[in-house]
Amino acid sequence: MKTASAVLGRELRLALRSGGGAGLGLSFFLIVVLLVPFGTGPDPERLRAIAPGTLWLAALLACQLSLDRLFQTDYEDGTLDILSLSPLPLEGLVALKALAHWLTTGLPLVIVAPVLAITLNLPGDAFAWLMASLALGTPGLSFLGAIGGAVTVGLRRGGLLLSVLVLPLYIPTLIFGARAVASAAEGTDPMPALTLLAGLTLFILALAPFAAAAALRINLR
Amino acid sequence: MRLDVSDLACQRSGRPVLEGVSFTLDGGEALGLRGPNGSGKSTLLRVLAGLLPRSRGAVTLDGIPLGRDHDAYAERIAYAGHLDAIKPQLTVAENLAFWGALFGSPDIAPALAAFDLGAIAARPAHACSAGQKRRLGLARLALAPNRPLWLLDEPTVSLDGPACALLFSAIRAHCARGGAAIIATHVPLDVGSARDLTLAPVVAASPGTAGHHDPFLEGLAP
Repeated sequence: MKTASAVLGRELRLALRSGGGAGLGLSFFLIVVLLVPFGTGPDPERLRAIAPGTLWLAALLACQLSLDRLFQTDYEDGTLDILSLSPLPLEGLVALKALAHWLTTGLPLVIVAPVLAITLNLPGDAFAWLMASLALGTPGLSFLGAIGGAVTVGLRRGGLLLSVLVLPLYIPTLIFGARAVASAAEGTDPMPALTLLAGLTLFILALAPFAAAAALRINLR
Repeated sequence: MRLDVSDLACQRSGRPVLEGVSFTLDGGEALGLRGPNGSGKSTLLRVLAGLLPRSRGAVTLDGIPLGRDHDAYAERIAYAGHLDAIKPQLTVAENLAFWGALFGSPDIAPALAAFDLGAIAARPAHACSAGQKRRLGLARLALAPNRPLWLLDEPTVSLDGPACALLFSAIRAHCARGGAAIIATHVPLDVGSARDLTLAPVVAASPGTAGHHDPFLEGLAP
Protein backbone atom coordinates (compact mmCIF):
# COMPACT_ATOMS: atom_id res chain seq x y z
CA MET A 1 0.00 0.00 0.00
CA LYS A 2 2.81 2.35 0.95
CA THR A 3 4.61 1.35 -2.24
CA ALA A 4 1.50 2.02 -4.30
CA SER A 5 1.01 5.49 -2.86
CA ALA A 6 4.72 6.26 -3.36
CA VAL A 7 4.53 5.33 -7.06
CA LEU A 8 1.23 7.14 -7.59
CA GLY A 9 2.46 10.23 -5.75
CA ARG A 10 5.62 10.30 -7.80
CA GLU A 11 3.78 9.88 -11.10
CA LEU A 12 1.38 12.72 -10.26
CA ARG A 13 4.19 14.98 -9.10
CA LEU A 14 6.19 14.31 -12.28
CA ALA A 15 3.15 14.97 -14.48
CA LEU A 16 2.20 18.19 -12.72
CA ARG A 17 5.70 19.70 -12.50
CA SER A 18 7.09 21.66 -15.40
CA GLY A 19 7.57 19.62 -18.53
CA GLY A 20 5.36 16.82 -17.26
CA GLY A 21 2.76 17.43 -19.92
CA ALA A 22 -0.36 17.17 -17.75
CA GLY A 23 -1.96 20.23 -19.37
CA LEU A 24 -1.09 19.10 -22.87
CA GLY A 25 -4.03 16.74 -23.38
CA LEU A 26 -6.48 19.28 -22.00
CA SER A 27 -5.24 22.10 -24.26
CA PHE A 28 -5.35 19.77 -27.26
CA PHE A 29 -8.93 18.78 -26.42
CA LEU A 30 -9.96 22.45 -26.16
CA ILE A 31 -8.33 23.45 -29.44
CA VAL A 32 -9.62 20.52 -31.49
CA VAL A 33 -13.21 21.00 -30.32
CA LEU A 34 -13.05 24.76 -30.87
CA LEU A 35 -11.70 24.24 -34.40
CA VAL A 36 -14.54 21.99 -35.50
CA PRO A 37 -17.15 24.78 -36.09
CA PHE A 38 -14.62 26.53 -38.33
CA GLY A 39 -14.51 23.43 -40.51
CA THR A 40 -18.18 22.51 -40.53
CA GLY A 41 -19.70 25.98 -40.45
CA PRO A 42 -21.61 27.49 -37.52
CA ASP A 43 -25.04 26.02 -38.30
CA PRO A 44 -26.40 25.06 -34.82
CA GLU A 45 -28.38 22.07 -36.09
CA ARG A 46 -25.38 20.56 -37.82
CA LEU A 47 -23.18 21.16 -34.76
CA ARG A 48 -25.76 19.53 -32.52
CA ALA A 49 -25.74 16.43 -34.75
CA ILE A 50 -21.96 16.02 -34.70
CA ALA A 51 -21.38 17.12 -31.07
CA PRO A 52 -21.30 13.66 -29.39
CA GLY A 53 -18.95 12.16 -31.94
CA THR A 54 -16.70 15.23 -32.05
CA LEU A 55 -16.36 15.49 -28.28
CA TRP A 56 -15.56 11.81 -27.95
CA LEU A 57 -13.14 11.76 -30.85
CA ALA A 58 -11.29 14.80 -29.51
CA ALA A 59 -11.13 13.25 -26.03
CA LEU A 60 -9.75 10.04 -27.51
CA LEU A 61 -7.00 11.85 -29.41
CA ALA A 62 -6.16 13.99 -26.39
CA CYS A 63 -5.83 10.87 -24.21
CA GLN A 64 -3.22 9.24 -26.42
CA LEU A 65 -1.03 12.36 -26.84
CA SER A 66 1.17 11.83 -23.79
CA LEU A 67 1.17 8.02 -23.84
CA ASP A 68 4.59 7.72 -25.45
CA ARG A 69 6.17 9.19 -22.30
CA LEU A 70 4.38 6.72 -20.01
CA PHE A 71 7.24 4.21 -19.87
CA GLN A 72 9.77 5.83 -22.22
CA THR A 73 11.34 8.25 -19.72
CA ASP A 74 11.64 5.51 -17.09
CA TYR A 75 13.23 3.26 -19.69
CA GLU A 76 15.72 5.88 -20.84
CA ASP A 77 16.94 6.98 -17.41
CA GLY A 78 17.33 3.46 -16.01
CA THR A 79 14.37 3.69 -13.63
CA LEU A 80 12.66 0.65 -15.18
CA ASP A 81 15.76 -1.49 -14.50
CA ILE A 82 15.65 -0.64 -10.81
CA LEU A 83 11.85 -0.95 -10.66
CA SER A 84 12.05 -4.45 -12.13
CA LEU A 85 14.31 -5.42 -9.19
CA SER A 86 11.97 -3.82 -6.66
CA PRO A 87 9.26 -5.65 -4.69
CA LEU A 88 6.55 -3.93 -6.76
CA PRO A 89 5.19 -6.30 -9.44
CA LEU A 90 5.31 -4.87 -12.98
CA GLU A 91 1.54 -5.40 -13.27
CA GLY A 92 1.05 -3.13 -10.28
CA LEU A 93 3.42 -0.56 -11.74
CA VAL A 94 1.49 -0.53 -15.02
CA ALA A 95 -1.84 -0.12 -13.23
CA LEU A 96 -0.53 2.73 -11.09
CA LYS A 97 1.04 4.55 -14.01
CA ALA A 98 -2.13 4.18 -16.09
CA LEU A 99 -4.19 5.44 -13.15
CA ALA A 100 -1.90 8.46 -12.77
CA HIS A 101 -2.19 9.06 -16.53
CA TRP A 102 -5.96 9.05 -16.26
CA LEU A 103 -5.98 11.38 -13.23
CA THR A 104 -3.81 13.93 -15.05
CA THR A 105 -5.21 13.50 -18.60
CA GLY A 106 -8.64 11.85 -18.63
CA LEU A 107 -10.18 13.40 -15.53
CA PRO A 108 -9.59 17.05 -16.63
CA LEU A 109 -11.32 16.22 -19.94
CA VAL A 110 -14.37 14.94 -18.06
CA ILE A 111 -14.53 18.19 -16.12
CA VAL A 112 -14.22 20.64 -19.04
CA ALA A 113 -16.33 18.62 -21.51
CA PRO A 114 -19.67 20.33 -20.63
CA VAL A 115 -18.16 23.76 -21.34
CA LEU A 116 -17.11 22.62 -24.79
CA ALA A 117 -20.45 20.90 -25.29
CA ILE A 118 -22.07 24.34 -25.12
CA THR A 119 -19.95 25.53 -28.04
CA LEU A 120 -21.18 22.56 -30.10
CA ASN A 121 -24.84 23.16 -29.17
CA LEU A 122 -25.26 19.81 -27.38
CA PRO A 123 -28.70 19.75 -25.66
CA GLY A 124 -28.51 20.49 -21.93
CA ASP A 125 -30.11 17.15 -21.02
CA ALA A 126 -27.13 15.33 -22.45
CA PHE A 127 -24.43 17.14 -20.40
CA ALA A 128 -24.63 14.75 -17.45
CA TRP A 129 -24.51 11.77 -19.81
CA LEU A 130 -21.51 13.25 -21.60
CA MET A 131 -19.63 13.53 -18.32
CA ALA A 132 -20.75 10.06 -17.22
CA SER A 133 -19.69 8.44 -20.49
CA LEU A 134 -16.30 10.18 -20.48
CA ALA A 135 -15.76 9.30 -16.80
CA LEU A 136 -16.54 5.65 -17.54
CA GLY A 137 -14.70 5.45 -20.85
CA THR A 138 -11.48 7.42 -20.47
CA PRO A 139 -9.93 5.13 -17.79
CA GLY A 140 -10.10 2.37 -20.40
CA LEU A 141 -8.27 4.65 -22.86
CA SER A 142 -5.40 5.21 -20.40
CA PHE A 143 -5.11 1.48 -19.63
CA LEU A 144 -5.25 0.45 -23.31
CA GLY A 145 -2.67 3.14 -23.96
CA ALA A 146 -0.41 1.56 -21.35
CA ILE A 147 -0.28 -1.58 -23.51
CA GLY A 148 0.81 0.52 -26.48
CA GLY A 149 3.35 2.38 -24.36
CA ALA A 150 4.80 -0.89 -23.09
CA VAL A 151 5.01 -2.43 -26.57
CA THR A 152 6.84 0.58 -28.04
CA VAL A 153 9.03 1.33 -25.01
CA GLY A 154 12.46 0.68 -26.50
CA LEU A 155 11.77 2.33 -29.84
CA ARG A 156 13.08 5.70 -30.85
CA ARG A 157 10.26 7.84 -32.22
CA GLY A 158 7.82 5.22 -30.98
CA GLY A 159 5.10 7.84 -30.48
CA LEU A 160 3.67 7.62 -33.99
CA LEU A 161 3.75 3.84 -34.02
CA LEU A 162 2.01 3.91 -30.66
CA SER A 163 -0.86 5.98 -32.09
CA VAL A 164 -1.23 3.58 -35.00
CA LEU A 165 -1.30 0.63 -32.58
CA VAL A 166 -3.57 2.13 -29.96
CA LEU A 167 -6.18 4.09 -31.89
CA PRO A 168 -7.81 0.99 -33.47
CA LEU A 169 -8.10 -0.50 -29.96
CA TYR A 170 -10.06 2.60 -28.95
CA ILE A 171 -12.87 1.90 -31.47
CA PRO A 172 -15.27 0.00 -29.13
CA THR A 173 -14.89 2.64 -26.41
CA LEU A 174 -15.53 5.38 -28.99
CA ILE A 175 -18.63 3.65 -30.36
CA PHE A 176 -20.32 3.08 -27.00
CA GLY A 177 -19.21 6.40 -25.48
CA ALA A 178 -20.43 8.50 -28.40
CA ARG A 179 -23.60 6.38 -28.69
CA ALA A 180 -24.50 7.03 -25.05
CA VAL A 181 -24.19 10.80 -25.53
CA ALA A 182 -26.02 10.75 -28.88
CA SER A 183 -28.89 8.74 -27.38
CA ALA A 184 -29.23 11.25 -24.56
CA ALA A 185 -29.15 14.14 -27.06
CA GLU A 186 -31.85 12.48 -29.20
CA GLY A 187 -34.01 11.82 -26.16
CA THR A 188 -33.68 8.02 -26.26
CA ASP A 189 -32.40 5.82 -23.42
CA PRO A 190 -28.59 6.16 -23.09
CA MET A 191 -28.32 3.41 -20.47
CA PRO A 192 -27.71 0.42 -22.80
CA ALA A 193 -24.70 2.07 -24.43
CA LEU A 194 -23.43 3.37 -21.10
CA THR A 195 -23.68 -0.05 -19.46
CA LEU A 196 -21.79 -1.65 -22.33
CA LEU A 197 -19.17 1.10 -22.05
CA ALA A 198 -18.75 0.44 -18.33
CA GLY A 199 -18.43 -3.30 -18.94
CA LEU A 200 -15.86 -2.69 -21.66
CA THR A 201 -13.80 -0.43 -19.39
CA LEU A 202 -13.87 -3.02 -16.58
CA PHE A 203 -12.67 -5.66 -19.04
CA ILE A 204 -9.80 -3.40 -20.17
CA LEU A 205 -8.86 -2.51 -16.57
CA ALA A 206 -8.64 -6.19 -15.68
CA LEU A 207 -6.65 -7.22 -18.72
CA ALA A 208 -4.37 -4.32 -19.65
CA PRO A 209 -1.94 -4.46 -16.67
CA PHE A 210 -1.05 -8.07 -17.47
CA ALA A 211 -0.68 -7.45 -21.21
CA ALA A 212 1.43 -4.33 -20.67
CA ALA A 213 3.61 -6.00 -18.02
CA ALA A 214 4.27 -8.92 -20.37
CA ALA A 215 5.29 -6.49 -23.12
CA LEU A 216 7.55 -4.60 -20.70
CA ARG A 217 9.27 -7.83 -19.62
CA ILE A 218 10.09 -8.63 -23.24
CA ASN A 219 11.30 -5.10 -23.97
CA LEU A 220 13.47 -4.89 -20.87
CA ARG A 221 15.64 -7.76 -22.08
CA MET B 1 25.42 -14.96 1.03
CA ARG B 2 26.99 -17.01 -1.74
CA LEU B 3 26.97 -16.50 -5.48
CA ASP B 4 27.89 -19.31 -7.86
CA VAL B 5 28.42 -18.57 -11.52
CA SER B 6 29.40 -21.41 -13.81
CA ASP B 7 30.16 -21.41 -17.52
CA LEU B 8 28.06 -18.33 -18.15
CA ALA B 9 27.62 -17.19 -21.74
CA CYS B 10 25.63 -14.35 -23.19
CA GLN B 11 24.94 -13.08 -26.69
CA ARG B 12 23.74 -9.67 -27.72
CA SER B 13 22.27 -9.20 -31.18
CA GLY B 14 23.61 -12.63 -32.09
CA ARG B 15 27.19 -11.66 -31.17
CA PRO B 16 28.82 -13.55 -28.29
CA VAL B 17 29.76 -11.09 -25.53
CA LEU B 18 30.51 -13.47 -22.66
CA GLU B 19 31.91 -16.98 -22.87
CA GLY B 20 32.61 -19.48 -20.10
CA VAL B 21 32.57 -17.09 -17.14
CA SER B 22 32.82 -19.00 -13.86
CA PHE B 23 33.46 -17.73 -10.35
CA THR B 24 32.10 -17.87 -6.84
CA LEU B 25 31.64 -15.05 -4.39
CA ASP B 26 31.04 -15.34 -0.65
CA GLY B 27 29.65 -12.87 1.84
CA GLY B 28 32.20 -10.27 2.88
CA GLU B 29 34.00 -10.35 -0.46
CA ALA B 30 34.36 -7.64 -3.06
CA LEU B 31 35.12 -8.60 -6.65
CA GLY B 32 36.65 -6.11 -9.04
CA LEU B 33 35.49 -6.75 -12.58
CA ARG B 34 38.15 -5.68 -15.04
CA GLY B 35 38.82 -5.81 -18.72
CA PRO B 36 39.05 -3.49 -21.71
CA ASN B 37 36.03 -1.67 -23.15
CA GLY B 38 33.69 -4.11 -24.80
CA SER B 39 34.85 -7.12 -22.80
CA GLY B 40 31.37 -7.68 -21.36
CA LYS B 41 31.62 -6.20 -17.85
CA SER B 42 28.28 -4.38 -18.06
CA THR B 43 26.68 -7.34 -19.77
CA LEU B 44 27.86 -9.69 -17.00
CA LEU B 45 26.40 -7.39 -14.34
CA ARG B 46 23.08 -7.09 -16.19
CA VAL B 47 22.88 -10.85 -16.63
CA LEU B 48 23.59 -11.35 -12.92
CA ALA B 49 20.87 -8.79 -12.10
CA GLY B 50 18.42 -10.73 -14.26
CA LEU B 51 18.08 -7.80 -16.66
CA LEU B 52 19.51 -9.68 -19.64
CA PRO B 53 18.92 -13.31 -20.62
CA ARG B 54 21.93 -15.63 -20.66
CA SER B 55 22.47 -18.06 -23.48
CA ARG B 56 24.20 -20.74 -21.39
CA GLY B 57 25.42 -21.47 -17.89
CA ALA B 58 23.99 -21.29 -14.39
CA VAL B 59 23.83 -18.60 -11.73
CA THR B 60 22.83 -19.43 -8.17
CA LEU B 61 22.44 -16.86 -5.42
CA ASP B 62 21.98 -18.30 -1.93
CA GLY B 63 20.73 -21.51 -3.52
CA ILE B 64 18.19 -19.68 -5.70
CA PRO B 65 18.82 -20.27 -9.39
CA LEU B 66 18.55 -17.24 -11.65
CA GLY B 67 15.39 -17.42 -13.72
CA ARG B 68 13.45 -19.73 -11.39
CA ASP B 69 11.95 -17.49 -8.71
CA HIS B 70 12.43 -13.92 -9.97
CA ASP B 71 11.13 -12.20 -6.82
CA ALA B 72 13.24 -14.18 -4.35
CA TYR B 73 16.31 -13.67 -6.55
CA ALA B 74 15.72 -9.99 -7.27
CA GLU B 75 15.18 -9.06 -3.62
CA ARG B 76 18.81 -10.02 -2.92
CA ILE B 77 20.22 -7.71 -5.60
CA ALA B 78 21.01 -4.03 -5.54
CA TYR B 79 22.04 -2.80 -8.99
CA ALA B 80 23.61 0.52 -9.90
CA GLY B 81 24.19 0.82 -13.63
CA HIS B 82 25.46 3.49 -16.00
CA LEU B 83 22.15 5.29 -15.72
CA ASP B 84 21.38 6.88 -12.38
CA ALA B 85 17.57 6.42 -12.51
CA ILE B 86 17.03 9.97 -11.30
CA LYS B 87 14.07 12.17 -12.14
CA PRO B 88 15.36 15.68 -12.93
CA GLN B 89 12.08 17.37 -11.90
CA LEU B 90 12.26 15.97 -8.35
CA THR B 91 14.59 17.17 -5.63
CA VAL B 92 17.41 15.00 -4.32
CA ALA B 93 15.39 14.15 -1.20
CA GLU B 94 12.23 13.37 -3.22
CA ASN B 95 14.16 11.05 -5.51
CA LEU B 96 15.56 9.17 -2.54
CA ALA B 97 12.26 9.16 -0.62
CA PHE B 98 10.57 7.42 -3.55
CA TRP B 99 13.13 4.63 -3.68
CA GLY B 100 13.10 4.45 0.12
CA ALA B 101 9.33 3.88 0.12
CA LEU B 102 9.72 1.26 -2.58
CA PHE B 103 12.54 -0.63 -0.87
CA GLY B 104 10.94 -0.42 2.59
CA SER B 105 13.29 2.06 4.26
CA PRO B 106 11.33 5.31 4.62
CA ASP B 107 14.14 6.99 6.56
CA ILE B 108 16.47 8.48 3.97
CA ALA B 109 18.74 10.33 6.41
CA PRO B 110 21.37 7.54 6.57
CA ALA B 111 21.52 7.36 2.77
CA LEU B 112 21.88 11.16 2.51
CA ALA B 113 24.67 11.06 5.08
CA ALA B 114 26.47 8.07 3.53
CA PHE B 115 27.00 9.93 0.25
CA ASP B 116 27.23 13.46 1.67
CA LEU B 117 24.02 14.66 0.04
CA GLY B 118 22.60 16.48 3.09
CA ALA B 119 23.62 19.93 1.86
CA ILE B 120 21.89 19.50 -1.53
CA ALA B 121 18.85 17.52 -0.33
CA ALA B 122 16.39 20.25 -1.37
CA ARG B 123 18.01 20.91 -4.75
CA PRO B 124 16.15 19.78 -7.90
CA ALA B 125 18.09 16.93 -9.47
CA HIS B 126 18.34 18.75 -12.82
CA ALA B 127 20.46 21.38 -11.07
CA CYS B 128 22.94 18.77 -9.78
CA SER B 129 26.33 18.16 -11.34
CA ALA B 130 27.18 14.81 -12.91
CA GLY B 131 29.10 13.75 -9.81
CA GLN B 132 26.24 14.75 -7.50
CA LYS B 133 23.79 12.79 -9.65
CA ARG B 134 26.06 9.77 -9.48
CA ARG B 135 26.22 10.07 -5.69
CA LEU B 136 22.42 10.30 -5.61
CA GLY B 137 22.15 7.18 -7.75
CA LEU B 138 24.59 5.32 -5.49
CA ALA B 139 22.78 6.49 -2.34
CA ARG B 140 19.97 4.15 -3.41
CA LEU B 141 22.24 1.28 -2.35
CA ALA B 142 22.03 2.50 1.24
CA LEU B 143 18.22 2.33 1.07
CA ALA B 144 18.22 -1.43 0.56
CA PRO B 145 20.36 -2.60 3.49
CA ASN B 146 19.17 -6.19 3.42
CA ARG B 147 20.02 -6.82 -0.22
CA PRO B 148 23.29 -8.75 0.08
CA LEU B 149 24.66 -8.58 -3.46
CA TRP B 150 25.66 -5.19 -4.87
CA LEU B 151 26.26 -5.00 -8.62
CA LEU B 152 28.01 -1.75 -9.48
CA ASP B 153 28.75 -0.73 -13.05
CA GLU B 154 31.64 1.76 -13.12
CA PRO B 155 30.39 3.49 -9.97
CA THR B 156 33.36 5.87 -9.75
CA VAL B 157 32.63 7.62 -13.06
CA SER B 158 32.40 11.41 -12.47
CA LEU B 159 33.10 11.02 -8.74
CA ASP B 160 35.83 13.17 -7.17
CA GLY B 161 38.37 11.85 -4.66
CA PRO B 162 36.33 12.38 -1.47
CA ALA B 163 33.20 10.92 -3.13
CA CYS B 164 35.18 7.83 -4.21
CA ALA B 165 36.31 7.46 -0.60
CA LEU B 166 32.65 7.60 0.52
CA LEU B 167 31.76 4.93 -2.03
CA PHE B 168 34.63 2.67 -0.96
CA SER B 169 33.75 3.04 2.71
CA ALA B 170 30.12 2.17 1.90
CA ILE B 171 31.32 -0.96 0.08
CA ARG B 172 33.64 -1.86 3.00
CA ALA B 173 30.76 -1.43 5.48
CA HIS B 174 28.50 -3.54 3.26
CA CYS B 175 31.08 -6.34 3.10
CA ALA B 176 31.66 -6.10 6.87
CA ARG B 177 27.91 -6.74 7.33
CA GLY B 178 28.29 -9.97 5.33
CA GLY B 179 27.28 -8.58 1.97
CA ALA B 180 29.24 -8.86 -1.26
CA ALA B 181 29.87 -6.54 -4.17
CA ILE B 182 30.87 -6.95 -7.80
CA ILE B 183 32.33 -3.74 -9.14
CA ALA B 184 33.09 -3.19 -12.81
CA THR B 185 35.77 -0.52 -12.84
CA HIS B 186 39.00 0.76 -14.37
CA VAL B 187 40.34 2.35 -11.16
CA PRO B 188 42.10 0.69 -8.20
CA LEU B 189 39.57 -0.37 -5.57
CA ASP B 190 40.29 0.68 -2.00
CA VAL B 191 37.89 -1.78 -0.40
CA GLY B 192 40.19 -4.02 1.65
CA SER B 193 40.72 -7.44 0.13
CA ALA B 194 39.20 -7.14 -3.33
CA ARG B 195 39.75 -9.98 -5.74
CA ASP B 196 39.92 -9.24 -9.44
CA LEU B 197 38.19 -11.01 -12.29
CA THR B 198 39.50 -9.99 -15.67
CA LEU B 199 37.30 -10.46 -18.70
CA ALA B 200 38.79 -10.68 -22.16
CA PRO B 201 36.80 -9.69 -25.23
CA VAL B 202 35.21 -12.77 -26.77
CA VAL B 203 36.82 -13.40 -30.14
CA ALA B 204 34.07 -14.48 -32.49
CA ALA B 205 34.81 -17.48 -34.64
CA SER B 206 35.67 -16.70 -38.26
CA PRO B 207 32.82 -14.86 -39.98
CA GLY B 208 31.90 -17.90 -42.05
CA THR B 209 31.15 -20.08 -39.02
CA ALA B 210 29.50 -17.40 -36.92
CA GLY B 211 26.36 -17.82 -38.97
CA HIS B 212 26.57 -14.33 -40.42
CA HIS B 213 26.18 -14.55 -44.16
CA ASP B 214 25.94 -11.61 -46.44
CA PRO B 215 25.09 -12.97 -49.87
CA PHE B 216 25.45 -9.51 -51.37
CA LEU B 217 29.05 -9.12 -50.20
CA GLU B 218 29.87 -12.72 -51.09
CA GLY B 219 28.58 -12.08 -54.59
CA LEU B 220 30.89 -9.09 -54.86
CA ALA B 221 33.95 -11.07 -53.77
CA PRO B 222 36.23 -12.02 -56.64
